[in-house]
Amino acid sequence: MAAVPPPAARAPEGEPLSAAAIEARLDEHLDLVLSSRRTAAGPARELAAFSRAEQELVLRWVAVLAAAHAELAYQFASLAPRALRLMDEAGVEAWVRQAMDTYDGAGLYPAVAALREVEAFAERARARAAGLALEEVAGVLERYVRGLGGRPLKVEAGEAPWTDTETLHLPPVLGVLGDREGNFRLYKAMAVCLWAQCWFGTWRAPLVARLRGAGAEAAALYAALEALRLEARLARALPGARRELDALAAALAVAPWPEPWPEAARRLAAPEATAADSLELALAWAGRVAPPPPRPWEGPPRPEAVAATLEARLERERRTLRRELAALAEEQRGAVPDPVRLEAAPFALERIEDPAAPEGFTFRLELDGQPIEPPEEVRGLLTSIVQDLGEIPEEYLVPAGPGEYDAGAQPAGRDPRDVWKGMYHEEGAHLHDEWDYRRGHYRKRWCVLRELDVHPVRDGFVERTLRRHRGLVASLRRTFEALRGEDRLLRRQPEGEEVDIDALVEAYADAATGQEMTDRLFVRKRREERNIAVLFMVDMSGSTKGWINDAEREALVLLCESLETLGDRYAIYGFSGMTRKRCELYRIKRFDEPYSDEVRARISGIRPQDYTRMGVAIRHLTGMLREVEARTKLLVTLSDGKPDDFDGYRGTYGIEDTRMALVEARREGIHPFCITIDREARDYLPHLYGPANYVVVDEVRKLPFKVSDVYRKLTS
Amino acid sequence: MTGQTLRPEEHFVETEPYYEPVGDEIEVFEAAWRNQLPVLLKGPTGCGKTRFMEHMAWRLKRPLITVSCHDDLTASDLVGRFLVAGGETVWVDGPLARAVRCGGICYLDEIVEARKDTTVVIHPLADDRRVLPMEKRGELLKAPPEFCLAISYNPGYQSVLKDLKQSTRQRFVALEFDYPEPELERRIVEKETGIEPELAERLVKFAHMTRNLKGSGLDEGASTRLLVQAAKLIVSGIPPVAACRAAVAQALTDDPEMLAAIHELSASLF
Ligand SMILES: Nc1ncnc2c1ncn2[C@@H]1O[C@H](COP(=O)(O)OP(=O)(O)OP(=O)(O)O)[C@@H](O)[C@H]1O
Ligand SMILES: [Mg+2]
Repeated sequence: MAAVPPPAARAPEGEPLSAAAIEARLDEHLDLVLSSRRTAAGPARELAAFSRAEQELVLRWVAVLAAAHAELAYQFASLAPRALRLMDEAGVEAWVRQAMDTYDGAGLYPAVAALREVEAFAERARARAAGLALEEVAGVLERYVRGLGGRPLKVEAGEAPWTDTETLHLPPVLGVLGDREGNFRLYKAMAVCLWAQCWFGTWRAPLVARLRGAGAEAAALYAALEALRLEARLARALPGARRELDALAAALAVAPWPEPWPEAARRLAAPEATAADSLELALAWAGRVAPPPPRPWEGPPRPEAVAATLEARLERERRTLRRELAALAEEQRGAVPDPVRLEAAPFALERIEDPAAPEGFTFRLELDGQPIEPPEEVRGLLTSIVQDLGEIPEEYLVPAGPGEYDAGAQPAGRDPRDVWKGMYHEEGAHLHDEWDYRRGHYRKRWCVLRELDVHPVRDGFVERTLRRHRGLVASLRRTFEALRGEDRLLRRQPEGEEVDIDALVEAYADAATGQEMTDRLFVRKRREERNIAVLFMVDMSGSTKGWINDAEREALVLLCESLETLGDRYAIYGFSGMTRKRCELYRIKRFDEPYSDEVRARISGIRPQDYTRMGVAIRHLTGMLREVEARTKLLVTLSDGKPDDFDGYRGTYGIEDTRMALVEARREGIHPFCITIDREARDYLPHLYGPANYVVVDEVRKLPFKVSDVYRKLTS
Repeated sequence: MTGQTLRPEEHFVETEPYYEPVGDEIEVFEAAWRNQLPVLLKGPTGCGKTRFMEHMAWRLKRPLITVSCHDDLTASDLVGRFLVAGGETVWVDGPLARAVRCGGICYLDEIVEARKDTTVVIHPLADDRRVLPMEKRGELLKAPPEFCLAISYNPGYQSVLKDLKQSTRQRFVALEFDYPEPELERRIVEKETGIEPELAERLVKFAHMTRNLKGSGLDEGASTRLLVQAAKLIVSGIPPVAACRAAVAQALTDDPEMLAAIHELSASLF
């Protein structure tokens, strides 16, 4: 559902604007950053050469960007002519959105830098159209390497494949192979080889230290030798992955490396060969043997970046491990670790042979000589430290003393991305994640949501509605009353319409054994406690202005009448907002609130607001429903269109986030349902709600009746 | 082939059910039984709890009566009720009463699924009184020393509403089960299916890969049961990667990205 005015929908037609007209409109937004020496005349002159549609696109985005930062808008206006020559309109919009995202996350300068890379962006967009984008497969690759084991590795876009031992940097797009499947194989090959470096000891701390001083050539030789050693390890541990590497080499006609490489490969294929052997060889060869050309799935190593990551991590993990061990000792012994006894090194590691582990053994943790099962975090830390050092040094196993507890404590780590300037801040607000389908993961604490109250309006709207729909109200009451009584048969009742045969048989049996005969012998039809809680989520976006808003409010009035008859627990919230920093939920009726005069006045006071960021609203209300105890929980959305917000929350992005939020709700045992008046909804609602969980109401005027009717069908 | 009706109290486990002890659970269970203490088996799905009970029933030479609990299970379903037959009233024992009478082992599987009021009928039986009140008959059934009550419970995915009450759980000796160590798990898969050792080892590795994903998109990794099932498919000629997909990946998740990742893991492994 677009907002007012629906930015993308204002179909611009007609003659191109003159340079002067454009300049005037640019001045409106850019005023803040213009001066006598810096005017909008230049960009305006260039833009005058474009079609009216293209001009309007630029002006619209200038307005949007100016709301964030005028400088950003100015830079955009200046670069827009170049962008329009390089890309079609969708491409230009993607480019601006990317800059907006950067601005949200990192601020003005990186955002301007992102805009300036318009050529590179266009290039990537072209390649993406031809090949496979990392974003499409990053989720699968991340899970894949997570499953392979060891320290979790993130996947991010970079130029050539390399890793700093925490992130796998892979090219943003691959088009080397003709088809998507082939390009995916190539991505997978890159991922598995980089994972193998982390898992099989390429980046052990002592080796990295020696490599750093050895120069670029030695590093390249080392990388090539390690590639050979790791191929042999992969052949043993993951034969399928090795076969795929060979198949890729054949498909890409990769020439085998000449001597002395095959000879080295034989040596390094021995099960006892280690990365240290590769390093010796690399240092010996430096200056004598030229590094071979990297294969398509390989890239130049970056020992410096690894060293930096490694150093920070070792320090951090040593501290955390010692703190965790102190906590563990306290928990196990039921007392704070005793500094005197600490001298006796309470924790020890026992080596256990395990041919599957990279070192051929794993560890068992012991406390005071007794094996203990360490918690998840401790196990992860131990694994990570072994990956870096090949062992756990003894000083890592000394529990932190009382004084050391806080020394290393991270300040309750807030992602710097979450902290932004401005008055609309986090106090009293709720932060929610948002799903980014392009990256295949959540943007953490991305949306700031507040609960606000609808300003109550006492203008007789509710009374008018009830009067106008008098007939309908009466019939709804009857239907819902029937629904209330339609429920199960109650058995073993003292009175009722029919005899309960089972009860009678039992009572007869009781009597025959000389026991008192019960009088609970009847079946009675009666309302069983309807254990339902329903939450209505009402679209208050700008696009509902006018009769849609009226219809919504009328629908709510009738709905409340029906629900009051029924006795189900219900709550009503409106949702709207503008950008992720200002998501709003409007309280109309809380679960614990009666249908009071105040609630009626709030219904009457519902007014269209801004945009529709649906995901965050669903997540927040899901949290609310989670707290309610009920056998059946429903989340019913009343809407007039697609999810939409102007900071990029539209199209596939908005739909996929909404879908993910609904998946999360279902996971909590909540049934989501949607009632919409968007006739195009059949294109996307099945994807969001599933085939049977939505209704499209063709005529707005039927909405008031339909909502109650749908609810009746849903819950009977 | 014809089905066979068995009276549970006559159903002694004749041949030794294959069970690989993971720790000291056999000794602990025996000790609990000898001391007339009830036992709680905790652990994720498919890790061998039911198999363990069958094994213990055989070992202790007691009949095993298993009740799978569900949310409609009433106290009478467990204890028994009067029925009328040919003008006479007849009392029919429920499975719990039968187990008590014959001094057998009563195993209440997934106890938290039962209604709360049902759970409390086992309380007098599970403390040192060791009696089963039969209200309808106005009797207390005293359990013989051989009788043993065991319940199971998976702490993994219970909702707050379905947590085991403290007053219940504190009556039991708790045995914690988890998936066996790799070497042991390999042996189990091999013995259960006759699959060759090399493949069994790879299957166990595969299970560990899926267990690495627990919490990163999977609620649970592959259980021993799933491995056994995959191995059976492989033994009947299904290629390993296809068997892993059908018997393991699809059983674990519906999420397309996760399915793809698990599939790539098995494709890398075999
Ligand atoms: N220690 C073990 N010894 C022998 N077989 C085992 C062992 N552990 C698991 N298995 C195998 O795993 C299968 C599943 O085990 P079982 O049915 O006992 O699981 P469970 O713990 O009862 O699961 P649930 O909680 O889902 O009922 C068994 O049929 C058996 O093949
Ligand atoms: Mg079982």
